[in-house]
Amino acid sequence: MSLIHKSAAELGALVAGGEVSAVEVAQAHLDRIAAVDPQVNAFLHVDVETTLGQARAVDARRAAGEDLGPLAGVPIAHKDVFTTVDMPTTAGSKILEGYRPPYDATVTRRLREAGLVILGKTNLDEFAMGSSTENSAYGPTRNPWDLNRVPGGSSGGSSAAVAAYEAPLSTGTDTGGSIRQPAAVTGIVGMKPTYGGSSRYGLIAFASSLDTPGPFARNVMDAALLHEAFSGHDAMDSTSIDAPVPSVVEAARNGDVAGLRIGVVKEFGGDGYQAGVLARFHETVELLESLGAKVVEVSCPSFTTALPAYYLIAPSEASSNLARFDAMRYGLRVGDDGTRSAEEVMALTRAAGFGPEVKRRIILGTYALSSGYYDAYYGQAQKVRTLIARDFEAAFHQVDVLVSPTTPTTAFPIGERADDPMAMYLADLCTIPTNLAGNAAISVPCGLADEDGLPVGLQVMAPVLGDDRCYRVAAAVERALEGRWGGGLLSKAPAL
Amino acid sequence: MSAITRDEVAHLARLSRLALADEELDHFAAQLDVIIGAVARVAEVAADDIPPSSHALPLTNVYRPDEVRPSLTPDQALSGAPAVEDGRFRVPRILGEEA
Repeated sequence: MSLIHKSAAELGALVAGGEVSAVEVAQAHLDRIAAVDPQVNAFLHVDVETTLGQARAVDARRAAGEDLGPLAGVPIAHKDVFTTVDMPTTAGSKILEGYRPPYDATVTRRLREAGLVILGKTNLDEFAMGSSTENSAYGPTRNPWDLNRVPGGSSGGSSAAVAAYEAPLSTGTDTGGSIRQPAAVTGIVGMKPTYGGSSRYGLIAFASSLDTPGPFARNVMDAALLHEAFSGHDAMDSTSIDAPVPSVVEAARNGDVAGLRIGVVKEFGGDGYQAGVLARFHETVELLESLGAKVVEVSCPSFTTALPAYYLIAPSEASSNLARFDAMRYGLRVGDDGTRSAEEVMALTRAAGFGPEVKRRIILGTYALSSGYYDAYYGQAQKVRTLIARDFEAAFHQVDVLVSPTTPTTAFPIGERADDPMAMYLADLCTIPTNLAGNAAISVPCGLADEDGLPVGLQVMAPVLGDDRCYRVAAAVERALEGRWGGGLLSKAPAL
Repeated sequence: MSAITRDEVAHLARLSRLALADEELDHFAAQLDVIIGAVARVAEVAADDIPPSSHALPLTNVYRPDEVRPSLTPDQALSGAPAVEDGRFRVPRILGEEA
């Protein structure tokens, strides 16, 4: 088997054992990127020399007898919303074109410490706002299963890179579903850790009370290894949780659901859900039951108002966070001809530098926070947020995890929802409640929809700091289904 | 009745420091009208006695000792600036003409 088809765990073991060098592993992936990325457009930036330099450093550490961790020498694609001192960081926006940050994000620093080799920065919806990667200022990423369809978003470059074997691992951020939804529609594993479980330091902010870094991988164990590598308390992030990282690797190894209580969320299904998505979902629930889990239906009535609450809370926070792009200290500056005032330059720069979705959300957020509207919109959305957290709390008194389809539909065609914001927002219908409540959730592949032959994801939601339960259930599903399929779901994808 | 008028969108754009073209304003006004109509559904929830949550975790202020630690050098801090003069950010005028 070629190096690009191996798992991250296998590659790490090969490098640790000296059977293959980190440079060889990196080169194999760089070759793959050169071959397929012109079609996929997963990467915004690849720098061969920087990548090989990192790989050489890992090989030198190994040669010096250093005890390297399980992912040393494994390549990774890094979402271009984390700062990196040695690569540009754009957040998919023209306003940050060519920007070189003066510091590394905590997640970036921990990838380096673990000996992961960063291949480059991946495409995303501008400032992580979107569900398709079409909102990138640098062109859409394409779904490796069907190049005319979206790879999900906002972390669509990261999902596509892993699904296209350009990298065994990638990073993402999940504010309303931006890891789980792209993972589902590209047939890979994506995890949103508990909010505060992974650091936001050096993550370009979208909605600070929701933004959560997390891993993508082609299998559950690889995702757990990456989760463990970059998670944990960070003094640089004031909302970082000062508690041990849940034992996710152990849970991925265990994969035993016998006796586990699983709740099917009653509100997620029916109208608006694709038949093939629901069929795979229900089969997977039956599978879990056959593996010894106790399945019951659970009602979470407030989940039906999660989407409107999210589209008030997230834009409100974004309108405040994006005020920092003021054309003064870094990034684009437009119209500074010596006659215009700072305020005029600011307004011209922001109009030229931000794309339509970012502008819409800034205006919507400014509206929701305006005096006279605040109570009816932002204030009311915050109360709905409390109700959603209470629904989760009540549910987790009855069951250990909740399950739903990750997305209502499979990957949609590029362009179909591009100028219909409300249709686009529906892609995150099932993922948003978890962001509002701050708990953990994973998406794991559960088959292909009959109508279009495209991947379907199962979402597993667990309580705050119950991340290990997500991995346990996902590992059980993966083991059973791969037994049936005779390999991973991606083995059914068309060759690029 | 529309949820938001074009004039209101123009006002919000000014508050947000976005110099939008007329066509952009027309387009956004129509789209924001649909979006605001949809998100207004939060009002259907009876929540008078429900406390608001601004955050998922019950954290209050997190403090650290006020100690001097290594940080960015002036050159690093200025490295991304659109314009620099004498080790400082150079910005367009912020006061009115002929002060």
